[in-house]
Amino acid sequence: MNRAAIDLWVGIFVALGFGAILFLALKVGNLLTLDHTPGYRLEASFDNIGGLKLRAPVKAAGVVVGRVESVRLDKTTYEAVVTLRIDRDYQFTKDTIAAINTSGLLGEVYVGLDAGGDPTMLKDGDQIAKTQSAVVVEKLISQFLFDKASSPRASTPGDPVPAKAADQAAGGAKK
Amino acid sequence: MSAELVAGIAQWLRRLGGGVTGAVAQLGFVARFLVAVLWNTPHAFRRIHLTLREIYFTGVLSLVIILMSGLFVGMVLSLQGYETLKRYGADEQLGILVALALVRELGPVISGLLFASRAGSAITAEIGLMKTTEQLAAMEMMAVDPLARVVAPRFWGGVISMPLLAALFSAAGIFGGYLVGVRLIGIDSGAFWGQMQAGVDFWPDVTNGIIKSVVFGAAVSLISVFEGYNARPTAEGVASATTRTVVVSSLAILALDFVMTAFMFRGGNAV
Repeated sequence: MNRAAIDLWVGIFVALGFGAILFLALKVGNLLTLDHTPGYRLEASFDNIGGLKLRAPVKAAGVVVGRVESVRLDKTTYEAVVTLRIDRDYQFTKDTIAAINTSGLLGEVYVGLDAGGDPTMLKDGDQIAKTQSAVVVEKLISQFLFDKASSPRASTPGDPVPAKAADQAAGGAKK
Repeated sequence: MSAELVAGIAQWLRRLGGGVTGAVAQLGFVARFLVAVLWNTPHAFRRIHLTLREIYFTGVLSLVIILMSGLFVGMVLSLQGYETLKRYGADEQLGILVALALVRELGPVISGLLFASRAGSAITAEIGLMKTTEQLAAMEMMAVDPLARVVAPRFWGGVISMPLLAALFSAAGIFGGYLVGVRLIGIDSGAFWGQMQAGVDFWPDVTNGIIKSVVFGAAVSLISVFEGYNARPTAEGVASATTRTVVVSSLAILALDFVMTAFMFRGGNAV
Protein backbone atom coordinates (compact mmCIF):
# COMPACT_ATOMS: atom_id res chain seq x y z
CA MET A 1 0.00 0.00 0.00
CA ASN A 2 1.62 3.25 -1.04
CA ARG A 3 1.72 6.36 1.05
CA ALA A 4 -0.80 8.41 -0.93
CA ALA A 5 -3.48 5.73 -0.60
CA ILE A 6 -2.84 5.45 3.14
CA ASP A 7 -3.09 9.23 3.49
CA LEU A 8 -6.37 9.19 1.61
CA TRP A 9 -7.89 6.45 3.76
CA VAL A 10 -6.72 8.05 6.99
CA GLY A 11 -8.21 11.33 5.80
CA ILE A 12 -11.54 9.64 5.08
CA PHE A 13 -11.44 7.90 8.47
CA VAL A 14 -10.69 11.07 10.43
CA ALA A 15 -13.36 13.02 8.51
CA LEU A 16 -15.90 10.26 9.24
CA GLY A 17 -14.91 10.24 12.91
CA PHE A 18 -15.33 13.98 13.28
CA GLY A 19 -18.58 13.73 11.34
CA ALA A 20 -19.80 11.20 13.90
CA ILE A 21 -18.82 13.48 16.81
CA LEU A 22 -20.63 16.35 15.09
CA PHE A 23 -23.68 14.13 14.61
CA LEU A 24 -23.63 13.23 18.31
CA ALA A 25 -23.28 16.89 19.26
CA LEU A 26 -25.91 18.39 16.97
CA LYS A 27 -28.46 15.72 16.08
CA VAL A 28 -28.35 13.59 19.23
CA GLY A 29 -27.33 16.16 21.83
CA ASN A 30 -28.59 19.70 22.13
CA LEU A 31 -25.47 21.74 21.55
CA LEU A 32 -27.28 24.00 19.08
CA THR A 33 -30.35 24.72 21.13
CA LEU A 34 -28.46 25.39 24.33
CA ASP A 35 -26.54 28.37 25.65
CA HIS A 36 -26.04 29.85 22.23
CA THR A 37 -29.33 31.66 21.90
CA PRO A 38 -29.03 35.01 23.64
CA GLY A 39 -31.49 35.35 26.47
CA TYR A 40 -32.39 37.03 29.72
CA ARG A 41 -32.96 35.72 33.24
CA LEU A 42 -36.10 35.67 35.33
CA GLU A 43 -36.52 34.45 38.87
CA ALA A 44 -39.51 32.72 40.39
CA SER A 45 -39.93 31.31 43.89
CA PHE A 46 -42.05 28.25 44.55
CA ASP A 47 -43.22 26.52 47.74
CA ASN A 48 -42.37 23.20 46.16
CA ILE A 49 -40.68 22.45 42.87
CA GLY A 50 -41.37 18.71 42.89
CA GLY A 51 -39.03 16.93 40.52
CA LEU A 52 -37.83 19.97 38.57
CA LYS A 53 -34.33 19.42 37.18
CA LEU A 54 -31.66 21.76 35.91
CA ARG A 55 -32.07 22.47 32.19
CA ALA A 56 -35.72 21.49 32.29
CA PRO A 57 -37.65 23.30 29.57
CA VAL A 58 -39.65 26.48 30.19
CA LYS A 59 -42.79 26.42 28.09
CA ALA A 60 -45.42 28.96 27.20
CA ALA A 61 -48.53 27.44 25.62
CA GLY A 62 -46.48 24.28 25.05
CA VAL A 63 -43.71 26.03 23.13
CA VAL A 64 -40.21 25.81 24.62
CA VAL A 65 -39.06 29.38 25.31
CA GLY A 66 -36.13 28.74 27.67
CA ARG A 67 -34.45 26.50 30.21
CA VAL A 68 -34.12 26.23 33.97
CA GLU A 69 -30.68 27.57 34.76
CA SER A 70 -30.35 27.11 38.51
CA VAL A 71 -32.35 26.12 41.56
CA ARG A 72 -31.56 27.21 45.11
CA LEU A 73 -33.30 27.45 48.46
CA ASP A 74 -34.00 30.87 49.92
CA LYS A 75 -32.52 30.78 53.42
CA THR A 76 -35.09 33.07 55.03
CA THR A 77 -38.38 32.13 53.38
CA TYR A 78 -37.52 28.46 52.72
CA GLU A 79 -38.85 28.74 49.21
CA ALA A 80 -37.17 27.30 46.14
CA VAL A 81 -35.83 30.08 43.92
CA VAL A 82 -35.68 28.98 40.29
CA THR A 83 -33.70 31.00 37.75
CA LEU A 84 -35.12 30.75 34.25
CA ARG A 85 -33.20 31.65 31.13
CA ILE A 86 -35.65 32.86 28.51
CA ASP A 87 -35.01 33.37 24.81
CA ARG A 88 -34.58 37.03 23.93
CA ASP A 89 -37.25 36.71 21.24
CA TYR A 90 -39.98 36.17 23.83
CA GLN A 91 -41.21 38.87 26.20
CA PHE A 92 -43.60 38.20 29.05
CA THR A 93 -45.98 40.52 30.86
CA LYS A 94 -45.50 41.59 34.48
CA ASP A 95 -48.49 39.52 35.64
CA THR A 96 -47.24 36.26 34.11
CA ILE A 97 -47.97 33.16 36.19
CA ALA A 98 -45.21 30.54 36.47
CA ALA A 99 -46.35 27.01 37.26
CA ILE A 100 -44.55 23.71 37.66
CA ASN A 101 -46.22 21.18 35.42
CA THR A 102 -45.69 17.61 34.35
CA SER A 103 -46.23 16.44 30.80
CA GLY A 104 -48.27 13.28 31.17
CA LEU A 105 -48.19 11.03 34.21
CA LEU A 106 -44.53 10.00 33.91
CA GLY A 107 -43.29 12.72 31.62
CA GLU A 108 -40.74 15.42 32.23
CA VAL A 109 -41.32 18.24 34.71
CA TYR A 110 -41.26 21.71 33.18
CA VAL A 111 -42.03 25.31 34.08
CA GLY A 112 -45.11 26.65 32.35
CA LEU A 113 -45.55 30.39 31.82
CA ASP A 114 -49.01 31.93 31.39
CA ALA A 115 -48.87 35.50 30.17
CA GLY A 116 -51.47 37.97 31.43
CA GLY A 117 -52.68 41.31 30.09
CA ASP A 118 -50.37 43.76 31.82
CA PRO A 119 -48.86 46.28 29.41
CA THR A 120 -45.42 46.31 31.10
CA MET A 121 -42.98 43.50 30.33
CA LEU A 122 -40.60 41.59 32.60
CA LYS A 123 -36.96 42.60 32.25
CA ASP A 124 -33.68 40.78 32.88
CA GLY A 125 -33.37 39.81 36.57
CA ASP A 126 -37.03 40.42 37.41
CA GLN A 127 -39.00 38.25 39.78
CA ILE A 128 -42.18 36.53 38.64
CA ALA A 129 -44.70 37.45 41.33
CA LYS A 130 -47.37 34.82 40.79
CA THR A 131 -46.29 31.21 40.98
CA GLN A 132 -48.00 27.89 41.34
CA SER A 133 -46.19 24.99 42.99
CA ALA A 134 -45.85 21.44 41.79
CA VAL A 135 -48.79 19.16 42.44
CA VAL A 136 -47.70 16.49 44.86
CA VAL A 137 -49.80 13.44 44.11
CA GLU A 138 -49.38 12.00 47.61
CA LYS A 139 -50.82 15.17 49.17
CA LEU A 140 -53.69 15.09 46.71
CA ILE A 141 -54.53 11.50 47.62
CA SER A 142 -54.23 12.07 51.37
CA GLN A 143 -56.45 15.14 51.17
CA PHE A 144 -59.00 13.20 49.18
CA LEU A 145 -58.98 10.37 51.74
CA PHE A 146 -59.15 12.87 54.63
CA ASP A 147 -62.19 14.57 53.08
CA LYS A 148 -63.84 11.23 52.51
CA ALA A 149 -63.26 10.17 56.12
CA SER A 150 -64.50 13.45 57.60
CA SER A 151 -67.88 13.23 55.85
CA PRO A 152 -69.01 9.66 56.49
CA ARG A 153 -72.01 8.26 54.60
CA ALA A 154 -72.56 11.62 52.93
CA SER A 155 -70.64 10.55 49.84
CA THR A 156 -73.06 9.42 47.21
CA PRO A 157 -71.92 8.66 43.66
CA GLY A 158 -72.75 12.19 42.53
CA ASP A 159 -70.99 13.83 45.44
CA PRO A 160 -68.79 16.82 44.55
CA VAL A 161 -66.36 16.35 47.46
CA PRO A 162 -63.55 14.63 45.52
CA ALA A 163 -63.54 17.33 42.88
CA LYS A 164 -63.40 20.04 45.53
CA ALA A 165 -60.49 18.33 47.29
CA ALA A 166 -58.58 18.12 44.06
CA ASP A 167 -59.29 21.78 43.40
CA GLN A 168 -57.93 22.81 46.78
CA ALA A 169 -54.77 20.82 46.34
CA ALA A 170 -54.06 21.77 42.77
CA GLY A 171 -55.08 25.40 42.89
CA GLY A 172 -52.58 26.38 45.57
CA ALA A 173 -51.66 29.61 43.81
CA LYS A 174 -49.69 31.99 45.97
CA LYS A 175 -50.50 35.61 46.66
CA MET B 1 3.45 -30.70 63.55
CA SER B 2 3.28 -27.02 64.55
CA ALA B 3 6.67 -26.33 62.92
CA GLU B 4 5.24 -27.74 59.68
CA LEU B 5 2.22 -25.48 60.03
CA VAL B 6 4.42 -22.43 60.59
CA ALA B 7 6.54 -23.37 57.58
CA GLY B 8 3.39 -23.81 55.49
CA ILE B 9 2.02 -20.40 56.52
CA ALA B 10 5.42 -18.81 55.91
CA GLN B 11 5.56 -20.28 52.42
CA TRP B 12 2.04 -19.08 51.66
CA LEU B 13 2.92 -15.59 52.90
CA ARG B 14 6.14 -15.65 50.87
CA ARG B 15 4.20 -16.51 47.74
CA LEU B 16 1.71 -13.70 48.47
CA GLY B 17 4.52 -11.21 49.07
CA GLY B 18 6.31 -12.33 45.92
CA GLY B 19 3.14 -11.87 43.92
CA VAL B 20 2.56 -8.36 45.30
CA THR B 21 6.14 -7.18 44.74
CA GLY B 22 6.04 -8.70 41.26
CA ALA B 23 2.85 -6.79 40.47
CA VAL B 24 4.28 -3.52 41.82
CA ALA B 25 7.50 -4.04 39.82
CA GLN B 26 5.41 -4.70 36.70
CA LEU B 27 3.44 -1.50 37.32
CA GLY B 28 6.72 0.40 37.66
CA PHE B 29 7.92 -1.14 34.41
CA VAL B 30 4.75 -0.03 32.61
CA ALA B 31 5.04 3.49 34.04
CA ARG B 32 8.69 3.81 32.95
CA PHE B 33 7.76 2.41 29.55
CA LEU B 34 4.97 5.00 29.23
CA VAL B 35 7.41 7.80 30.10
CA ALA B 36 9.86 6.46 27.50
CA VAL B 37 7.11 6.32 24.84
CA LEU B 38 5.96 9.84 25.65
CA TRP B 39 9.58 11.01 25.54
CA ASN B 40 9.79 9.66 22.00
CA THR B 41 6.50 11.26 20.94
CA PRO B 42 8.18 14.02 18.87
CA HIS B 43 9.64 11.32 16.61
CA ALA B 44 6.19 9.88 16.01
CA PHE B 45 4.92 13.25 14.84
CA ARG B 46 8.04 14.45 13.06
CA ARG B 47 7.83 11.40 10.79
CA ILE B 48 4.07 11.61 10.58
CA HIS B 49 3.70 8.97 7.86
CA LEU B 50 4.70 6.31 10.42
CA THR B 51 1.79 7.34 12.65
CA LEU B 52 -0.59 7.70 9.70
CA ARG B 53 0.25 4.14 8.68
CA GLU B 54 -0.66 2.94 12.17
CA ILE B 55 -3.92 4.92 12.12
CA TYR B 56 -4.64 3.15 8.85
CA PHE B 57 -4.02 -0.29 10.36
CA THR B 58 -5.75 0.25 13.72
CA GLY B 59 -8.46 2.71 12.68
CA VAL B 60 -9.42 2.36 9.04
CA LEU B 61 -9.22 -1.44 8.98
CA SER B 62 -11.37 -1.60 12.17
CA LEU B 63 -14.12 0.49 10.58
CA VAL B 64 -16.19 -2.41 9.24
CA ILE B 65 -16.29 -4.37 12.50
CA ILE B 66 -16.99 -1.20 14.54
CA LEU B 67 -19.80 0.02 12.28
CA MET B 68 -21.44 -3.39 11.99
CA SER B 69 -21.25 -4.04 15.74
CA GLY B 70 -22.60 -0.56 16.46
CA LEU B 71 -25.51 -1.07 14.11
CA PHE B 72 -26.47 -4.40 15.67
CA VAL B 73 -26.02 -3.19 19.26
CA GLY B 74 -28.25 -0.20 18.51
CA MET B 75 -30.90 -2.39 16.90
CA VAL B 76 -30.94 -4.80 19.86
CA LEU B 77 -31.07 -1.93 22.36
CA SER B 78 -34.04 -0.52 20.49
CA LEU B 79 -35.92 -3.83 20.48
CA GLN B 80 -35.21 -4.60 24.14
CA GLY B 81 -35.78 -1.04 25.28
CA TYR B 82 -39.11 -0.87 23.49
CA GLU B 83 -40.30 -4.11 25.12
CA THR B 84 -39.53 -2.69 28.59
CA LEU B 85 -40.64 0.90 28.05
CA LYS B 86 -43.94 -0.28 26.57
CA ARG B 87 -44.95 -1.65 29.98
CA TYR B 88 -44.87 1.86 31.40
CA GLY B 89 -46.42 3.44 28.36
CA ALA B 90 -43.19 5.38 27.83
CA ASP B 91 -42.24 3.94 24.45
CA GLU B 92 -41.80 7.45 23.04
CA GLN B 93 -38.74 7.77 25.30
CA LEU B 94 -36.92 5.07 23.32
CA GLY B 95 -34.67 7.67 21.67
CA ILE B 96 -33.28 8.82 25.04
CA LEU B 97 -32.67 5.25 26.16
CA VAL B 98 -30.78 4.25 23.03
CA ALA B 99 -28.77 7.46 22.77
CA LEU B 100 -27.77 7.71 26.43
CA ALA B 101 -26.83 4.04 26.68
CA LEU B 102 -24.66 4.28 23.57
CA VAL B 103 -23.08 7.68 24.14
CA ARG B 104 -22.32 7.23 27.83
CA GLU B 105 -21.42 3.56 28.13
CA LEU B 106 -21.74 1.14 25.27
CA GLY B 107 -20.05 3.25 22.60
CA PRO B 108 -16.73 3.70 24.44
CA VAL B 109 -16.76 0.32 26.21
CA ILE B 110 -17.74 -2.04 23.38
CA SER B 111 -15.63 -0.26 20.80
CA GLY B 112 -12.76 -0.36 23.33
CA LEU B 113 -13.18 -4.12 23.75
CA LEU B 114 -13.36 -4.61 19.98
CA PHE B 115 -10.37 -2.34 19.51
CA ALA B 116 -8.36 -4.37 22.03
CA SER B 117 -9.13 -7.65 20.32
CA ARG B 118 -8.92 -6.38 16.75
CA ALA B 119 -6.06 -3.86 16.84
CA GLY B 120 -4.34 -4.36 20.22
CA SER B 121 -3.63 -8.04 19.62
CA ALA B 122 -2.25 -7.23 16.15
CA ILE B 123 0.10 -4.58 17.59
CA THR B 124 1.37 -6.98 20.26
CA ALA B 125 1.90 -9.80 17.78
CA GLU B 126 3.70 -7.49 15.33
CA ILE B 127 6.08 -5.98 17.88
CA GLY B 128 6.59 -9.35 19.58
CA LEU B 129 7.48 -10.99 16.28
CA MET B 130 9.81 -8.10 15.44
CA LYS B 131 11.54 -8.78 18.74
CA THR B 132 11.64 -12.54 18.15
CA THR B 133 13.18 -12.14 14.71
CA GLU B 134 15.66 -9.63 16.22
CA GLN B 135 14.48 -6.75 14.04
CA LEU B 136 14.37 -4.52 17.10
CA ALA B 137 17.93 -5.48 18.00
CA ALA B 138 19.00 -4.83 14.40
CA MET B 139 17.47 -1.34 14.56
CA GLU B 140 19.42 -0.61 17.72
CA MET B 141 22.57 -1.75 15.95
CA MET B 142 21.84 0.82 13.23
CA ALA B 143 21.38 3.50 15.91
CA VAL B 144 17.64 3.65 15.27
CA ASP B 145 15.71 3.74 18.52
CA PRO B 146 12.91 1.15 18.21
CA LEU B 147 10.87 3.08 20.80
CA ALA B 148 10.80 6.07 18.47
CA ARG B 149 10.52 4.16 15.21
CA VAL B 150 8.18 1.28 16.15
CA VAL B 151 6.52 1.81 19.52
CA ALA B 152 5.62 5.52 19.68
CA PRO B 153 3.80 5.62 16.29
CA ARG B 154 1.74 2.55 17.24
CA PHE B 155 0.86 4.05 20.62
CA TRP B 156 -0.27 7.35 19.13
CA GLY B 157 -2.05 5.67 16.25
CA GLY B 158 -4.19 3.83 18.80
CA VAL B 159 -4.79 6.91 20.97
CA ILE B 160 -5.97 8.90 17.93
CA SER B 161 -8.07 6.12 16.36
CA MET B 162 -9.98 5.05 19.45
CA PRO B 163 -12.15 8.16 20.13
CA LEU B 164 -13.05 8.37 16.43
CA LEU B 165 -14.01 4.69 16.39
CA ALA B 166 -16.10 5.12 19.55
CA ALA B 167 -17.94 8.10 18.06
CA LEU B 168 -18.61 6.12 14.87
CA PHE B 169 -19.84 3.19 16.97
CA SER B 170 -22.29 5.44 18.84
CA ALA B 171 -23.48 7.08 15.63
CA ALA B 172 -23.98 3.71 13.91
CA GLY B 173 -25.79 2.42 17.00
CA ILE B 174 -28.17 5.38 17.10
CA PHE B 175 -28.85 4.87 13.42
CA GLY B 176 -29.57 1.17 14.12
CA GLY B 177 -31.86 2.19 16.96
CA TYR B 178 -33.64 4.56 14.60
CA LEU B 179 -34.06 1.81 11.99
CA VAL B 180 -35.69 -0.58 14.46
CA GLY B 181 -37.56 1.98 16.57
CA VAL B 182 -38.98 4.17 13.84
CA ARG B 183 -38.92 2.06 10.69
CA LEU B 184 -39.73 -1.37 12.13
CA ILE B 185 -41.73 -0.74 15.32
CA GLY B 186 -43.26 2.50 14.13
CA ILE B 187 -42.51 5.03 16.86
CA ASP B 188 -43.05 8.57 15.67
CA SER B 189 -39.84 9.88 14.12
CA GLY B 190 -40.27 13.35 15.62
CA ALA B 191 -40.75 11.95 19.12
CA PHE B 192 -37.72 9.69 18.71
CA TRP B 193 -35.32 12.51 17.79
CA GLY B 194 -37.03 15.18 19.87
CA GLN B 195 -36.94 13.20 23.12
CA MET B 196 -33.34 12.27 22.35
CA GLN B 197 -32.31 15.90 21.94
CA ALA B 198 -34.18 16.89 25.08
CA GLY B 199 -32.57 14.13 27.14
CA VAL B 200 -28.98 14.05 25.89
CA ASP B 201 -26.73 16.97 26.80
CA PHE B 202 -23.55 17.63 24.89
CA TRP B 203 -21.60 18.73 27.91
CA PRO B 204 -21.88 16.01 30.46
CA ASP B 205 -23.02 13.12 28.25
CA VAL B 206 -21.27 13.27 24.88
CA THR B 207 -18.03 14.80 26.19
CA ASN B 208 -17.77 12.25 29.01
CA GLY B 209 -18.11 9.50 26.41
CA ILE B 210 -15.32 11.05 24.37
CA ILE B 211 -13.08 11.39 27.46
CA LYS B 212 -13.71 7.73 28.27
CA SER B 213 -12.80 6.62 24.76
CA VAL B 214 -9.54 8.62 24.81
CA VAL B 215 -8.59 7.00 28.14
CA PHE B 216 -9.48 3.53 26.82
CA GLY B 217 -7.46 4.19 23.67
CA ALA B 218 -4.40 5.18 25.71
CA ALA B 219 -4.78 2.19 28.05
CA VAL B 220 -5.24 -0.38 25.28
CA SER B 221 -2.40 1.05 23.16
CA LEU B 222 -0.02 1.17 26.12
CA ILE B 223 -0.82 -2.40 27.17
CA SER B 224 -0.47 -3.63 23.56
CA VAL B 225 2.92 -2.05 22.87
CA PHE B 226 4.20 -2.95 26.35
CA GLU B 227 3.25 -6.61 26.06
CA GLY B 228 4.72 -6.79 22.56
CA TYR B 229 7.94 -5.09 23.57
CA ASN B 230 8.36 -7.29 26.64
CA ALA B 231 7.26 -10.57 25.05
CA ARG B 232 9.58 -13.53 25.50
CA PRO B 233 11.32 -13.86 22.13
CA THR B 234 9.83 -17.24 21.26
CA ALA B 235 6.75 -18.29 19.31
CA GLU B 236 5.15 -19.30 22.59
CA GLY B 237 6.12 -16.01 24.21
CA VAL B 238 4.45 -14.00 21.43
CA ALA B 239 1.34 -16.14 21.68
CA SER B 240 1.01 -15.66 25.43
CA ALA B 241 1.77 -11.92 25.13
CA THR B 242 -1.05 -11.55 22.58
CA THR B 243 -3.46 -13.38 24.86
CA ARG B 244 -2.37 -11.26 27.80
CA THR B 245 -2.96 -8.07 25.80
CA VAL B 246 -6.57 -8.97 25.11
CA VAL B 247 -7.30 -10.15 28.66
CA VAL B 248 -5.55 -7.30 30.47
CA SER B 249 -6.92 -4.65 28.09
CA SER B 250 -10.49 -5.89 28.48
CA LEU B 251 -10.24 -5.93 32.27
CA ALA B 252 -8.56 -2.53 32.28
CA ILE B 253 -11.35 -1.07 30.13
CA LEU B 254 -14.09 -2.40 32.38
CA ALA B 255 -12.35 -1.34 35.60
CA LEU B 256 -11.45 2.13 34.27
CA ASP B 257 -15.01 2.49 33.01
CA PHE B 258 -16.39 1.88 36.49
CA VAL B 259 -13.98 4.32 38.10
CA MET B 260 -14.63 7.06 35.53
CA THR B 261 -18.39 6.56 35.62
CA ALA B 262 -18.34 6.84 39.41
CA PHE B 263 -16.53 10.18 39.13
CA MET B 264 -18.47 11.58 36.18
CA PHE B 265 -22.06 10.77 36.99
CA ARG B 266 -22.07 10.67 40.77
CA GLY B 267 -24.96 12.97 41.63
CA GLY B 268 -24.20 14.95 38.52
CA ASN B 269 -27.83 15.24 37.51
CA ALA B 270 -29.24 16.08 40.91
CA VAL B 271 -30.45 19.61 41.46
